[in-house]
Amino acid sequence: MLTAVSVPPPQAAAQRTSVAGPLLAVENIHVQFATDGGIIRAVEGLSFSINPGEIVAVVGESGSGKSVSALSIMRLLPRRSGRVTNGRILFEGQDLLHLPEEEMRAIRGRDIAMIFQEPMTSLNPILTVGFQIMEPLKIHRGMNDAEAGPRAVELMRLVGISDAERRLGQYPHQFSGGMRQRVMIAIGLACNPKLIIADEPTTALDVTIQAQILELMKDLARRFNIALIVITHNLGIVARYADRVIVMYSGRLVEQGPAEAIFHRPRHPYTMGLLRAVPRLDRPRGAQLETIEGLPPSLAAPPIGCRFAPRCAHALDACGHEPPLVAIEPGHFSACIRAADIAAGRIASTAPASAATQTSAVAEPAPLLSIRGLTKHFTIKQGLLGKKTALRAVEDVNFDIFPGETLGLVGESGCGKTTVGRLILRLEEPTAGEIRFEGVDLGGADPAALRAVRRRIQVIFQDPYSSLNPRMTVGQIVGEPLHVYGLVADAAAAVRRVADLLEQVGLRPEISARYPHQLSGGQRQRVGIARALAMEPRFIVCDEAVSALDVSIQGQIINLLEDLQRRYGLSYLFIAHDLAVVRHISMRVVVMYLGRIMEIADRDTLYREPLHPYTKLLLDAAPVPDPDIEKARQPRLIIGELPSPLAPPTGCVFSTRCPLAGPECSQTVPALREVRPGHLAACLKI
Amino acid sequence: MLRYAIHRLLLMIPTLIGVAIVVFFMLRVVPGDVVEVKLRGDGGNVSEETLKLERQRLGLDKPLIAQFGDWMIGLATLDLGKSMWTDRPVIEEIGIRLELSLQVAVMATIIAVLIAIPMGTLAALLRDSWIDYVVRLVTIGGLAVPSFWLGMLLMLSLLTLFNWLPPITFTPLYVDPVANLTQLIWPALAVGYRYSAVVARMVRSSLLEVLNEDYIRTARAKGVFENIVVSRHALRNALLPAITVIGLEFAFLIGGLVVTEQVFNLNGIGKLFVQSVSRNDFTLIQGMVMMIALFYMLVNLTVDMLYAAFDPRIRYR
Repeated sequence: MLTAVSVPPPQAAAQRTSVAGPLLAVENIHVQFATDGGIIRAVEGLSFSINPGEIVAVVGESGSGKSVSALSIMRLLPRRSGRVTNGRILFEGQDLLHLPEEEMRAIRGRDIAMIFQEPMTSLNPILTVGFQIMEPLKIHRGMNDAEAGPRAVELMRLVGISDAERRLGQYPHQFSGGMRQRVMIAIGLACNPKLIIADEPTTALDVTIQAQILELMKDLARRFNIALIVITHNLGIVARYADRVIVMYSGRLVEQGPAEAIFHRPRHPYTMGLLRAVPRLDRPRGAQLETIEGLPPSLAAPPIGCRFAPRCAHALDACGHEPPLVAIEPGHFSACIRAADIAAGRIASTAPASAATQTSAVAEPAPLLSIRGLTKHFTIKQGLLGKKTALRAVEDVNFDIFPGETLGLVGESGCGKTTVGRLILRLEEPTAGEIRFEGVDLGGADPAALRAVRRRIQVIFQDPYSSLNPRMTVGQIVGEPLHVYGLVADAAAAVRRVADLLEQVGLRPEISARYPHQLSGGQRQRVGIARALAMEPRFIVCDEAVSALDVSIQGQIINLLEDLQRRYGLSYLFIAHDLAVVRHISMRVVVMYLGRIMEIADRDTLYREPLHPYTKLLLDAAPVPDPDIEKARQPRLIIGELPSPLAPPTGCVFSTRCPLAGPECSQTVPALREVRPGHLAACLKI
Repeated sequence: MLRYAIHRLLLMIPTLIGVAIVVFFMLRVVPGDVVEVKLRGDGGNVSEETLKLERQRLGLDKPLIAQFGDWMIGLATLDLGKSMWTDRPVIEEIGIRLELSLQVAVMATIIAVLIAIPMGTLAALLRDSWIDYVVRLVTIGGLAVPSFWLGMLLMLSLLTLFNWLPPITFTPLYVDPVANLTQLIWPALAVGYRYSAVVARMVRSSLLEVLNEDYIRTARAKGVFENIVVSRHALRNALLPAITVIGLEFAFLIGGLVVTEQVFNLNGIGKLFVQSVSRNDFTLIQGMVMMIALFYMLVNLTVDMLYAAFDPRIRYR
């Protein structure tokens, strides 16, 4: 993937090693934001350092202060509201906080570069990519266009963008998300920085593209001896990348140590909980996910003492005092007064309240939902009078869902998984094919029958922020379907039913008077579930229902969904891109690629013995939160990018990226066939 | 791109035909006609016979459908007919006033853009500072103060301070630029103030939005000089919505300066419009509506083309 290009070694390499001590030392910084709701203490007393060439990961959930810390180092906090009130940030011995703005500007992009989360919005849409890569060279190296051009081409090759000369003159919208992130990396690398701060660099990308970008960044950092601070919430990424890990919670550092120690010997209850709350790809599914109960505290009025204490099962009275950061072993620190107890094994990892472990589908011959030959083409009109092209979103999809079953539907963005969900919900009309629910063909059903069926099919959406009406109270949101469908006798009955529904999803009934913006993300998603449950459905489409949530909250919602399934015998179609989450919740899994089904199998079979080359590569690409496994394996990367669904490859749609593909693969479309009992795959090479 | 422009120009034809139909029948719903206004307007006692003859001469006695047919045929041959009041060709009547109205509109636009962009930019960059408050005050004033009233103030102060008034007769720019400008700069200023307020507020709010974009943070993280962050990275993106406002205001100025023209005693399109409506001069009203509709469409097309020039994501095929 990386073209071998001779890059002149950074001139500064010699001086770089001569600087004694760490490259960057953050000492006891405090960051505050002035808001209408009072002062938010986003970071309190954070200290850490990073040596030249080292890779450090900063892990934490949203609101933990990890991004704010990174912006503080760059001095790019929002000028009007945010400021560092205390502490020092020493870069090569210089305190960045007291540097004049002009000197700080000269450091940005030259010595410290930053890569941001959203490649789609982080590049200027009206400037060419070449211009944006050349800009730091012109500013910091004083190059002119003639000098900067060849270097930009070289940088683009370095980050794996082919056809660099031509693409230099293109604009960001002509690049895919993964390619834009490569451009961002090229910009970061332009002036041979000593430190790169990457804030969630792969969160917005698909698994296969994520793996490519991670490998690229790691490789470049090692080759050019660049120190790397990676900010992430994904523990799998941490395991793949990091030499050292810093765990933050509610604006404070709670644990710090070598990656291997953090993963194998966590010494803070929060880290331990976080590690347990992640669904694991590399382990068979156990019982319920262990979760960290409760919510992170408000930064406007944080609890006194240890901030994790209110959610901690092992909290003592002494936790009301601020815990010091103590060394457990060389280089490994924890901010827990019971760290020694944990080390001595006096605090067992909390045994999960393991209820019935497996909710296996009752062997029932009649499927609840049956899909045959489902096809959806969107017509794209090009130009005002231009010709029409069919975008093949879904092509000949067949599967069944049985009562009480959870079917996982995985694939990268653009594979058609969300369209399948929308077709089942009749939010889209299928181009061809049949959807039968309880034996009724939804396409042929008359409006009255469709209305009756609709009640029993419900949906939970991905974004709990935008899928609830901001002007309705929780009570109105949950109660609306009750009135629309006349499910309750009177207003009093509706209030009782809403209270009951909220309780079932673990919310207090008082919450029904509140508006969505007054709730946290997890609470909003619970409201979305309560709304779906109000209709007493038999089947729920969960479209990326937990993707937007933090790890600890995600676990709570998954457990809730499983619990409701056991209680009401619900069936789920669980659409997600996160393979580990799908593995945890599903009984059978469907893998889609570019509108077609590649493989269908029992969950354990699929993850243990995948048949289709795409599934294999997908599983390989997903990072696993265990540094030993990650360091040992050499991930096979899926090469290239997703082809356009406007012009999909002929024959097998995966043939253009498949390592096994032969000439016949681009000629025949492989049929989905039963390779083993209950295990179907669409590949000629099996 | 050229193909797209031609395509859009062709699409104007059905729109214009629609406008022609609507304006024709709307006028026929209005009671009374030009003949009555002309011959009996001042209480003159004219016999029915004379009225009939006059109607015959103007073709107003023909059935509605025949009149409509004449109107459409005229349009197809680019003949807007003659004014029913003055008997001069409609094109000519509009032509002599369009020069003045167009010049005022162009001058007002230049004044507005020159004031608005720096003002809006400063206000956005120094948000909540005293400069921002001054800009906000000035722009709110611009929205609240009617242009004609500002025009009257201008005239009065010229009279009291300098004991001088601008010329009342229109001299074309190419004949005597000084006389021309001394006459037209005042209405352009009066109108341009309101215009600049609208544009400045748009520039301010859209620049504030753009400055919060991720790519601005990227530019700062690259170590780009702050003035270049603003001019190259932010302002170019922020000007797009301002272009729309400028275009719409410009098109409005062609036909909408009715009162301001009265204040400055200008013989422009606005004044002609009022006159022709009060005289029930059907042919002239129809011709003016067609011209203004065409102007709006051309301005819209220009704005869309400018968008494409500014924003590479917009490409018309």
